[in-house]
Amino acid sequence: MVSALPGIGSAQTRAQEAAERVTDPELPMLTLADLGVLRGVEAKADGAVVVRVTPTYSGCPAMAEMRSRLAAELRAAGFHEVRVKTELQPPWTSDWISEAGRRKLAEHGIAPPGSAPPSDAGPVPLVLSPTRRVVPCPRCGSGDTEELSRFAATSCRALHRCRSCREPFEHFKEI
Amino acid sequence: MNDERISLALGEEGPDDARWAFGTGFEDPLHGIATAVPEGVEAARLAACCAALGDDALVTAQRLAEWCTDAPELEEELALANIGLDLLGQARLLYSRAGQVDGTGRDEDAFAYFRDAADFRNVRLVELPRGDFAFDMVRLLVLSAWRLALFERLAGAADPVLAAIAAKGVKELAYHRQFAAEWVVRLGDGTEESRKRTARALAEVLPWAVELARDEISAPFGADGGEASKALSDVLRQTADAAGLTLPPPAEAPAGTGRSGEHTEHLAPLVGELQSVAREHPGARW
Ligand SMILES: [Zn+2]
Repeated sequence: MVSALPGIGSAQTRAQEAAERVTDPELPMLTLADLGVLRGVEAKADGAVVVRVTPTYSGCPAMAEMRSRLAAELRAAGFHEVRVKTELQPPWTSDWISEAGRRKLAEHGIAPPGSAPPSDAGPVPLVLSPTRRVVPCPRCGSGDTEELSRFAATSCRALHRCRSCREPFEHFKEI
Repeated sequence: MNDERISLALGEEGPDDARWAFGTGFEDPLHGIATAVPEGVEAARLAACCAALGDDALVTAQRLAEWCTDAPELEEELALANIGLDLLGQARLLYSRAGQVDGTGRDEDAFAYFRDAADFRNVRLVELPRGDFAFDMVRLLVLSAWRLALFERLAGAADPVLAAIAAKGVKELAYHRQFAAEWVVRLGDGTEESRKRTARALAEVLPWAVELARDEISAPFGADGGEASKALSDVLRQTADAAGLTLPPPAEAPAGTGRSGEHTEHLAPLVGELQSVAREHPGARW
């Protein structure tokens, strides 16, 4: 960590570093920064810190825990007034997951998302033909996999099975 | 707005209040630029639209929750619970917005737990009792296709908060519609029994969809009822074709509308169960 010299600049750095250390409650191998839900950290001149976060899904039950962890980490870094704002626009997209985040997901057996469909392309078409993208198995790399359920343990993940190594695995959905 | 980001004051009141829903001590501070109603937007209509769309979502979420421990497969149970959770999240945001702009300052809990069934404005399709799996997949297909069409248009609403809620919801609803459509195809194109039940579900659900097709609560915010209705018809036809099913002829709609507070006898017990803990222990926290 950088030395905590007094002044706004160092407060900003300390706040940023503290917020970026906080991990996701449901995917603890990822930080909130990796996941792209941490949208901004700002140390104010009066000593307060404003953190902006965005939910992955409207009903994400982990939002409260995220806010709590951010506040606790920033308090531990010496900031006494922490405001965590929930932001809705622009809506979160899996494209915001960092490269490091994608690597960590794969290392933990969760296939990272591909590119999300463009959000400004007009009405979302319903596609019923089986033309789905192949999701490679994060364990053995085989492309011979099938989707078991579009909704797994959480809204953001789907459940797949590898026909080669026979293992089930989760896939972080494109959204 | 000089800032494209829309913040909602959900749970911002302090770092130690990191709980949610009933008992969270959530207080809407009505602060910040996002709470203002833009010029030219009629607050009463905006509040009515947000509350009604919130009611649709909350009641659907509650019906979906009834599948817990009862779905045909564990995977489907998780899927239905997750879809319900998405809708519950949409309801929370919509209720918060409704309370911000209707002049009462009510919070999400006041809408969900402290209104009587007669004050709900959901469409009646959502309150019908849980049927067999075919019924609930057809109902979910109709609801998600219609709601997706509305939200795609509401994403351009003059109210930036409603627009942001809708833009977020579009991504979720597209997954819900996909899930339901694939099940309707699988059941319709499945065994003789599943086909029979899916055809019956269509005949049971579609008369209630007439109410959706005529709904204009979102029209002041760019979501034309007729367009949403056409989008719904297209999805139904596409899905029925893929399943090899014939859509039943247009049916007579049951009299009345949920939007005007005329509900079936099924809503009050659902709301009663939903609200029982909150009303027995007002002000409880955990
Ligand atoms: Zn494998």
